[in-house]
Formats: sequence, C-alpha cells, structure tokens
Amino acid sequence: MASNTAAANGLSRFLSDLGHSFRIFLRNLTRNKVGFVGTLMILGFIFLAFIMPYFVPAPHKADITKIYERPSREHLLGTDSQGKDIWAQIVHGGRDIVVMAFLTGMIATFIGVSLGSLSAVIGGPLDSFLTTLADVWLTIPRFPLLAVLAGLITLNNIITLALILAVLSWAGLYRAIRAQVFSIKERDYIEAATALGLGLRHIIFSEILPNMMAYIAINFTLAMTAAIYAQVGLVFLGLVPLTRNWGVMINLAWTQGAIFFRDSIYFIMAPVVAIALFQLSIVWMSRSLEEIFNPRLRAGR
Amino acid sequence: MTEYLIEAHNLTRQFGRRRERVTAVDDVSLGISEGEVLCLVGESGCGKTTTGKLLAGLLKPSSGRIRYQGQDVWTQDKESFRKYRLGVQIIHQDPYASLNPSHTVHQILSAPLLHHNLVNGRRQARERVVELLQIVDLTPVEDFLTKYPHQLSGGQRQRVSVARALTVNPSFIVADEAVSMVDVSIRVSLLKMLSRLRMQLGVTFLFITHDLALAKFFAWEGRIAVMYVGSVVELTSTPELINNAQHPYTKALLAAVPEADPNLTRRKKPITLRSQDIPSLRNLPPGCRFHPRCPLFEEGLCDRVAPKLKSVGENGHQVACHRVTG
Amino acid sequence: MKDENATIWDTNPLSVRNLWVEYLGERGMVKAVRGVTFDLRPRESLAFIGESGCGKTTLGLALIRLLVKTARISQGEILYRRSGRETAVLKLKGREMRHFRWCECAMVFQSALNAFNPVLRIRDQMYDTIRAHWRMSQSEMRERALSLLRHVQLDPERVIDSYPHELSGGMRQRVLLAMSLLLDPQIIILDEPTTALDILTQRTILELLKSLKAEMGFSLMFISHDLSIAAELADRVATMYAGAIVELGLVYDIFYRPAHPYTLGLIRAVPTVTGDFQDLISIPGSPPDLIDLPTGCKFHIRCPYATDRCRQEEPTLEPYGPDHSVACFHVDQVRRDADAIWEGTGHVAAGEAA
Ligand SMILES: Nc1ncnc2c1ncn2[C@@H]1O[C@H](COP(=O)(O)OP(=O)(O)OP(=O)(O)O)[C@@H](O)[C@H]1O
Ligand SMILES: Nc1ncnc2c1ncn2[C@@H]1O[C@H](COP(=O)(O)OP(=O)(O)OP(=O)(O)O)[C@@H](O)[C@H]1O
Ligand SMILES: [Mg+2]
Ligand SMILES: [Mg+2]
Repeated sequence: MASNTAAANGLSRFLSDLGHSFRIFLRNLTRNKVGFVGTLMILGFIFLAFIMPYFVPAPHKADITKIYERPSREHLLGTDSQGKDIWAQIVHGGRDIVVMAFLTGMIATFIGVSLGSLSAVIGGPLDSFLTTLADVWLTIPRFPLLAVLAGLITLNNIITLALILAVLSWAGLYRAIRAQVFSIKERDYIEAATALGLGLRHIIFSEILPNMMAYIAINFTLAMTAAIYAQVGLVFLGLVPLTRNWGVMINLAWTQGAIFFRDSIYFIMAPVVAIALFQLSIVWMSRSLEEIFNPRLRAGR
Repeated sequence: MTEYLIEAHNLTRQFGRRRERVTAVDDVSLGISEGEVLCLVGESGCGKTTTGKLLAGLLKPSSGRIRYQGQDVWTQDKESFRKYRLGVQIIHQDPYASLNPSHTVHQILSAPLLHHNLVNGRRQARERVVELLQIVDLTPVEDFLTKYPHQLSGGQRQRVSVARALTVNPSFIVADEAVSMVDVSIRVSLLKMLSRLRMQLGVTFLFITHDLALAKFFAWEGRIAVMYVGSVVELTSTPELINNAQHPYTKALLAAVPEADPNLTRRKKPITLRSQDIPSLRNLPPGCRFHPRCPLFEEGLCDRVAPKLKSVGENGHQVACHRVTG
Repeated sequence: MKDENATIWDTNPLSVRNLWVEYLGERGMVKAVRGVTFDLRPRESLAFIGESGCGKTTLGLALIRLLVKTARISQGEILYRRSGRETAVLKLKGREMRHFRWCECAMVFQSALNAFNPVLRIRDQMYDTIRAHWRMSQSEMRERALSLLRHVQLDPERVIDSYPHELSGGMRQRVLLAMSLLLDPQIIILDEPTTALDILTQRTILELLKSLKAEMGFSLMFISHDLSIAAELADRVATMYAGAIVELGLVYDIFYRPAHPYTLGLIRAVPTVTGDFQDLISIPGSPPDLIDLPTGCKFHIRCPYATDRCRQEEPTLEPYGPDHSVACFHVDQVRRDADAIWEGTGHVAAGEAA
C-alpha cells in the first residue's frame, strides 16, 4: 500500500517534472525569435520533403505544349523546359538534400566530437598524431578531391555520399572541438571530478560534453550547410547522378540555358531559392539550439 | 617522530620546458597529523596551490615523495591509490568555476556516491545527499536539490563544493583559498562550518590562504607554514608564529599587514626591506631567496648558501634562515 | 575640529545630495545607489566600505559621470567647489565634464592594473593625458611626468620608457596613481586601490598614499571591501548597504563605537592578525537583491534588532553624536550591546585611548 502510493507519487512527480522540462524547453525555443522562425522553417522543409510528395503527383510526364508556363493555379511555380510542373519537382526533390544534410552533419559531428575530446583528454602521442594528421588533411583541397573520388566510386546512394562528405570534413570539426575541450578540461570542476575518482568516461560524457552542447550544435549546423553546398555542387557539375533533386534541377536549368530566357526564371530560381531558404533556416535554427543547450537558461533564472 | 597522515619529502615541482622552466615548489618537506590543521600562507605565486595539488595527487611531483598513511602514493598499487584518491579531496577558490554549470546540486552530489557504490541505489543516494546538504547548512534542503549552480550565491556554491568533497568520506581536505572569494559577512559562517567538520568528522585540513588573519582564526590550534617563492621559510604553531615569528620575511609580513582596528594598525612599525622587488621564478637569486630584500642580509653567507629549515627553540619551531639561531 | 575656524578655503570640495543611480537590467531595474548624501572634506580621506555589489563602484563612477549607458542618475545633486566657485557636476557637458574628470577629480578604477594599453610606453600614456587637457611643450610634459613618477617613489627615468608588462603589479599601481595626479586634481577616487596586491606591496602603496596626501593636499575618497584598509588609511568611514549609506562617522567611532548593526556585524566578522584569538560572529543571511528590495530597512532580514517598524519603514541617516550619523531605529541599543560585547577586551580599551 505504502509502496503503491510512493510509486504513484514517484510517477506523478516524474510526469510533472517532464511537463516542467517541456515547458522550459518550449520557453527556450521561443525565447529567440529568429531561432524559433528557423526551427519552424526546418519543420516546414521536413514536411515539404517527406509529407508533401504524398499529395503532389510526381512530375513524370513531359508536355511539350506547356513549356515555360508562368505560375498559375494549376502550376504553382510554372513549368520547365519540358513542360513539367516545377512545384512538383521542388516537392519531390527535397528529400535527398534534407536526409543527406542531417546524415552528414551527424556523422561529421560524431567523428569530430569523439576524436576531439579523446585527443584533448588523453593527450600525449595520440593527441600529437591526430593534430598533425588534421593539419595535413586541412591542406588538401576538398572539392577537387571530391570530384576525383566521384570518378572512382559510384556515388549513387546518399548514405555513401554522406559518409564521404563527413569523413572529408573531419579535420576542421576535430580542431574546433579539441580546442573547446581543452579549455573546459582546465576548469576546477573537472579537477574536482578527477579528485573524486569519477573516471575518464564520466568526465568526458557527464562533465565536459554537456557544457559543449551549444557549441556542438552550432558545429553540427555548420557541417550541415557545408554538406548541402558540397552535394549541390557535385550534382550541379553532374558528378553525382542523383535523380530528382534541387541540385539536379539547377543543373538541368543551367544546361537548358534557362538563364537566358526571361520566361524560365522560375525554373532556375525555384531550386536556388529552396536551397538558400533551407540553409537560412538551418543557420537560424542554430540560434535556438544555442539557447536550449545553455545551462544558464535551462532552468530559468 | 609522530606518525603523519600525509607527509611530503623534498617535494619539488617544475613547470614548462627548457628556458621557460620554473620551479614552483622547491624542496618542500612537511607532515600533517590526523585531525590537525596546517595553514599554508604566502604571497601570490609562491607555490601554495601547487603544493596543495601535489599533496592531493592532482599534480605529479618532479621529484620528492608523498606518503599517505605511510605509503608512497605514486608507487603504490592501484587499489591503494584509489583509497588515497578518495581519501584526499580539494576545495577550490573560485565558487563560480568549481561546480559544473550543467548539473543540478543533486546530480553533483549523487554522481560520486553512485559511481563508487557508496550507497545502494538512487533512493539511498538521495537520502545521503539530503544528509550532506544538512551538514553544510544548506537548509531547507528541498530548495537546493534541483538548483543549478548559477542559481546559487557564491557562499552557497562553496558549501556545495564542500558537500561534494564529503561524499567520499575523505580524511584529508585541501582548502585552497576556499573562502577568499566570498563576502566578509558570509566568510565567517563558512569557516565555522569547516571547523565543525574538523571537530565532528575528524577531517584533517591543509588550509591555503594569503590572509594571515584568516589563517590565525582557522588554525589557532594548528600550525602555520609560511612560503616564500617555492619554499617553506617558517613552520610553527599558530600562536607562536603570530607572537614570536623568527624569519625576517614572516616578521616583515606581520608588520606590514593592515589590521581591521585603527589603533592597532596605525601603531605598527613597518620593517623596511632592502628592496621591493619580488624575485621572478625565472631568475631566482642564489643562496637564500629572500636575501636581496632581507634586512638581516649577511654578505658571503646569505647570497651563497640556501638555508635549510631547522628547529629553533623548543616545541618544533622551524625556520630557514642563517641569521636566526635557536 | 570642525568649528568656527572653518574658513572659506576650507569649504568642502564635494557635496553629494540624495543621489540615486539605477541600472536598466534584463530582469528589471537595479537600484545600485539609493539616496546617498555626504560631504567630502578638504584634505580628508573618506572610505566607503561594504560588501560586493552594494554600489560602491557605481557611486564612484556616478561622481565623475562615467556610468555605462544603461545606468541613469534619476535624482540628486553633486556639487563641486574649488577656490570659492561652485559647480553642479550633473549639469556639466562635453568639454567641461572632461576637464572636471581629470583636472578636478580623478578616479583610479577597480582592476585598473590591466587597464594600460599594452603597446604604448608609460611615457606616451602619460603625455596623452596631459595633452588632452593642458597646453604644454614636450619637455614640460616630460618634466611633469618625471616629477610625478618620482613622487610615487619610482625610478622615473627607467619607468617612463617602459611598457606596462615590464612593470610589476605594485609598480603599475604606482604609475596609475601618478597618472591620476598628473593634472593636479583636488579629489582622487580610488576603487579598491590595493586589492590585487601582495601584503608587502600593499603596505608600500598605503604608506605612499599617506605621504602623497600630506604633501599634495588632495581629498581622497576610496572604496574597499577590506575593513583593514579603511582602518589604516581613513579619517572617516561610510558603511554602505544595498546602495545606501547606513553609517558615516570618524574612523575611531566606526570601529570602536559602531551604531549600526551592519557595521557592528562587519567588524565582528573580521579577524585581526595580532593579539589573542578572538571568536568571530557571522552575519546571518546574504545581501539582498537590488532589483527586488525588501520593504522597510534593507538590513532587517539579517538584523537581530529588527522590529515591526524596521520591516515597514526605512530609517534615514540621522546625526548621532558629533560627526557621526546612523540610519537605524535601534541606535542606542546597538551602542549598548557593542560596548557590552567589548567590555574588558582590548578592543574597547584601545577605543577609549583614541
Ligand atoms: N600549470 C602551470 N604551468 C606553468 N606554470 C605554473 C602552472 N601552475 C602554476 N605555475 C606557476 O607556478 C608558480 C606558483 O603557482 P601557484 O598557483 O602554486 O601559486 P599560489 O601560491 O597558489 O598563488 P596564488 O596566491 O596567486 O594562488 C607561479 O609562478 C605560477 O605561474
Ligand atoms: N552595467 C551594469 N548593469 C546592470 N547592473 C549593474 C551594472 N554594473 C553593476 N550593476 C549592479 O549594480 C550593483 C552595484 O554594483 P557595483 O559594481 O557598484 O558594486 P560594488 O559595491 O562596487 O561591488 P564590488 O565590491 O564587487 O566591486 C550590483 O548589484 C551590480 O550587479
Ligand atoms: Mg593559489
Ligand atoms: Mg566595485
């Protein structure tokens, strides 16, 4: 009986704690107006890329009678050089970009954070080795290397592409994270944790990383934006044969000479604007992330 | 000789490489008995913190040995080292840097309890945390459990730091300027709380401070060691040091320190030193480190030979000065 | 000593009347200085003591009008007098204000040790100050700079050509003093003049301040949280609590005959080095939040004498004996208790001797 009520109490406390945390989360999310707009935009893009395709038919059939139409009720953004609906192409071309951006961001951040913190905390030969490697790595021009790699490996699935992009960008992230860990490592509370014998794992995961979440989040968003540009660049150059993708759209518009016709402005601008807006929403969202992960703000004043 | 809880033998610690090398702690030997309080006083940069960290095992000595409960700490086996690690805790100076800003008070205190299995499960951990907060006078406890460090005042944070050190039931605490950054009005209650821990829990203290008045208050029953650029120059019981200092540096300090009592402080006769310059660690004077400033300087002796700490008089008054003889 | 002999040139160089300063913060208005009134007398040194955050620095900055943009002087009057002329400092503008700030009243800031421009020699920093206010030839400026460096007991020829990092903390503090004296001000404000310094260095600065003051005859207002500096250097002491002066009196009165419970509490919480062991008594609680101040006397939450009246009504600074004023409803009781506490101890005996 007693234990029953205790359990009930525990549960209700847990629920109220959860509610409380959620309210604080919401408050921090909405504290920064720009960040909140960015977050909403990201949600919008996810909706556009994953849900909208079920409602907007894929732009399969070409229609020569409808080349370069202006926006109308039927074709929200007009049509392209083959008479395909541009809005439908935007809707169906977002998924790859969104998935790849998140995936690359995650993998790159994971590599950067694990190598960076290990290197800073353990130090010694491992640290010297990784630092030297990173320095050398940073001198290699990334895009030409990507172009060469694209010739060697068939980059036809997004996971491989994300993995390669992430691995290629490890050095910058590694250096940023390592420097940050170094500065946190010197703080008194880390020394106190050492004195309490709390162990390396606890020190990295419970003492250091939680204080870097804002920093990590920002690096995550940076990695995402870099990945988008890299991917779009590759697709645009035709080095990566991915179908239905905003990059491909730009490529098509470009090769069709869309920039020379006034009528085709929507054809080339639609994917460009989509990419730019997506980038902007990521950058803006990072401001919200900063607020959410700032421990000073986490519990209110 | 009595059995010490912790002792340092010819402890030396250097920092930096080659040209940049400085000796922050130079050949320091001292011992602290169980339940005793030893105060380390000296001016900024004289190596107090470094000595404290060496004793707490947070820095490795460049040479010399530390023995804890009779065992050399850097050569003992893993299990003994773990015992030493938990038996010796440190309280830092800066209340704003010594607590992890992303953890609540409860998380800060329960982590070591759970990590070392000092309690059975989370419920017991919570009970112990409540108990610890009561020991450090943070009541009502419920108000503090879920607070983050930035929601606490400097004095309250220092109390949490003390409670955190107590989680592992240490027998020796290094308090490095533990109260110098909190306000005067709050300082006394913190000091009294630490004194109470010493009485009730029998914790041994190394109390580091640059403030002689605080040293006197906290260590009246204990001893004071005065440091000057890396070495201990005088070591004796507190009343003896205050009333019967022997080393010219200690005397100069006592004569120079302003007192919170207008008559007392205005009647002091300051001792004129031969120079105002504090020697740089990069470029130490030969012989006695204090000789360029010392009013008792004797040419050919003080600038040649570094004096060793030796007993003068009875009851273990130790002084490192050629010109002071027992 | 204050009697009919007070002549015209003996008028107080600075009078502050009911000064209020507020900061507009994110959380609300920080009332950092609340109704401060005092006079700075000629050639005296007046100490402001109090805990961190009680508004000491803000008061000093307000006097030379160097507050940050988010601060506002909402009320009050600051009157400055020199050779029979009276100036309302709060009405000064632009050039006049800059002139006042250096030539009449100079302030050395808290943590000013790091305030030097690291790439300029001491020489250039001193010349810049002179050039901004006075017309002088290069050689006259050098002469002036050297003479002041000599006054603060530095080796002038060496120091004047040094970069800040080549000087020790105590030397830099002395250079700062010399710089504040460059334009011959009548008032010097020092914010925590010796806090970052070692005991021996601190002592030389204290001795230097005493001799400079005797020699040059400026009025000194200094801010410190360290009671011992006040005991050493001050003629009069003002205790500040939560933005207001709660007690103001001669240094001997403050230390031996305190009449405000907060002053009494501070004195009993600070140990002395010399003498026997004394027990210390702490002040319970912690300083109030200046945004959300309690009603009535701001100290009542921590005060053992608090009554209902203290909780409702804020006492004002009222005269209590000659040259001594206190803001407390229970002055007599506090005085009696203080005497009783120190009965037969060296403390009172010393006080009587004064
Ligand atoms: N990690 C380090 N690397 C290089 N030098 C160091 C390091 N730690 C301390 N030192 C140097 O060793 C000397 C002694 O430092 P320590 O911190 O022990 O002094 P302290 O007596 O505690 O001074 P304070 O009163 O200012 O805290 C100083 O000159 C300092 O610059
Ligand atoms: N720029 C500012 N904006 C908002 N509030 C401020 C600002 N500067 C100071 N304050 C607040 O005003 C109050 C008085 O500050 P002030 O610096 O005058 O205190 P102090 O007595 O000099 O303290 P300390 O001894 O720590 O130097 C404090 O509560 C402080 O938080
Ligand atoms: Mg230190
Ligand atoms: Mg201040």
